[in-house]
Amino acid sequence: MSFLDLKNVTKIYPNGTKAVHETSLSVDEGEFMVFVGPSGCGKSTLLRMVAGLEDITEGDINLDGKLINEVDPSERDVAMVFQNYALYPHMNVYNNLAYGLKNRGIDKETIEQKVNDAAKLLQISDYLQRKPSMLSGGQRQRVAMGRAIVRNPKIFLFDEPLSNLDAKLRIQMRLEIKKLQQKVGVTSIFVTHDQVEAMTLADRLAVINNGIIEQLGTPIEIYDNPKSLFVAGFIGSPQMNFLDGNIKNKTLSAEGFEIKDIDSDFEGEVKLGIRPEHLSQRENSLINLKVDLVEQLGSDNLVYGQLKDKKDFCYRCPGNLTIEKGADLSLNIENNKYYIFDKSTGKRVN
Amino acid sequence: MTRFITSSFSHLILLIGILIMVVPVWMIFASSTHTSSMINMNGLQILLGDSFYENYLRVLLYQGGFFKEITALKMFFNSFIMATGVAILSVVTSLMAAYALVYYRIKYATLLFWIIFITILVPLELRIFPTYSVMAELNLVNSYFGLIVPISASAIATLFFRQFYKTVPDELLESAKLDGANTWRFFVDFLIPLSKTMIVAMLIFMFVFGYNQYLWPLLVTTSEQYWTVVMGLKMMSGSIVHRFAFVMMSMVPPILIIIVLQKYFIKGVFQDK
Repeated sequence: MSFLDLKNVTKIYPNGTKAVHETSLSVDEGEFMVFVGPSGCGKSTLLRMVAGLEDITEGDINLDGKLINEVDPSERDVAMVFQNYALYPHMNVYNNLAYGLKNRGIDKETIEQKVNDAAKLLQISDYLQRKPSMLSGGQRQRVAMGRAIVRNPKIFLFDEPLSNLDAKLRIQMRLEIKKLQQKVGVTSIFVTHDQVEAMTLADRLAVINNGIIEQLGTPIEIYDNPKSLFVAGFIGSPQMNFLDGNIKNKTLSAEGFEIKDIDSDFEGEVKLGIRPEHLSQRENSLINLKVDLVEQLGSDNLVYGQLKDKKDFCYRCPGNLTIEKGADLSLNIENNKYYIFDKSTGKRVN
Repeated sequence: MTRFITSSFSHLILLIGILIMVVPVWMIFASSTHTSSMINMNGLQILLGDSFYENYLRVLLYQGGFFKEITALKMFFNSFIMATGVAILSVVTSLMAAYALVYYRIKYATLLFWIIFITILVPLELRIFPTYSVMAELNLVNSYFGLIVPISASAIATLFFRQFYKTVPDELLESAKLDGANTWRFFVDFLIPLSKTMIVAMLIFMFVFGYNQYLWPLLVTTSEQYWTVVMGLKMMSGSIVHRFAFVMMSMVPPILIIIVLQKYFIKGVFQDK
């Protein structure tokens, strides 16, 4: 059995809403697991069930070999960082960190030692006497992390902790969280709706949609090999292009081009997915794109244009290529990296 | 120039208002420092006299009442006990009631709250006979307990605390739970410190409310030993200067409590910001 084990966990709210459907998942000790999905998909509910802040309707959660379904949150030995940090506004930073330790009846010297160590690690030693209202967003974030670290818990839970920070700080804190987790080595679950955060932080990530884990794997596995239309569309930026198509006798026809000898026995209506970065310009290729708009990011250009019926088809090319609006491009799919999904079920078929 | 005129005009209005409020009080105070023959002959005085100590000491220590059992000093003591008791008891009960209503999973908590709130519409005067008969049954007539307890459940204070608790983010409770705080600890370590300013405001409010009670102490006490200041105002007989002196002194405790607690009140307000 792994460190954290969820078995057929289901959450049904009193009003009948089913937030999480029979979800099973294991997290190994020291692993950084990320739950990613759109808002309202049940990822936070799942996290809160691990923390003990939501009752579990059905199923079992085991932590470190112990069934914790009925264990009080305070006894679970988990620490959580909340979206709004939930710092104690009437206590200074020192007491914010020390409060959980005091409640556990730890003696004063040990508390001081631990708080000072954590403060040093997070570089907040200078602010220990300040109230949270006197701190900046990034500093508050650190205090919230410190409050989790200082208790030396079995597992860290992060509930979208970066979403209140500005873009620059978010990237910086993302890096720091990852570094910190590697340094401390505590098993962590991180909930986010931001797929970039998910990709960069995760050892493994779980893509959740409508209360179901759609796919579980390392970030690269999920990027390279999405198992469903939803996962393919959710992971990757800019988003994967989807084209309506049809398969007959191993030949896929879509938006004015055909791919022959595809690796699938599926017949019928499909969605063809192509990532913008898997395209390149080559003479006499499959796809003819009429350019409407070019977004220059410096390192890359995002070229948007029209296929036969499909608008806003995106092609990503190196920033040094100059592409004019109105140009006709001939695009090739590199290494045949395309994905075919059953249009009715959304399942991958190639 | 027009600005000068308009601002002078508004200042003038404010000054008139201040005078209307202050002059009668001042005249009573000034008159209370004269001898009673002086007042009887010349009417109310604007300037201070020289009988301040004589008059005030006499009022404080004079054995009054029909049975000569009570002094003004004792009345102040009684009023202080009663007002403090009402203030503390009603704040404590409202804090706890609001806590239960907001944080415990009580069925129909909102309905319950509104039932409590509706009691505002039922003034003491309406329920005074049943309340009195309960106190009489319990043998609590002529006791501080009887003076304090029946008027110490405050629906308004409960409303204020309830509304405040509802603004406290849930994440704070959840975070405290994960930090090992049980329901009692959350109440003591979080809600009470966070509502400090409101507690002080309610203490002031309920102290003045308790101090100003007239009808209830009048009914529930038959012994002069339990007379309060406000009752004394009505019962007082004697010369006019002594009554003036008593009126002046009766204003002191509420003003004092506001001055003393205001410091904490403002401190709390600034800290929260």
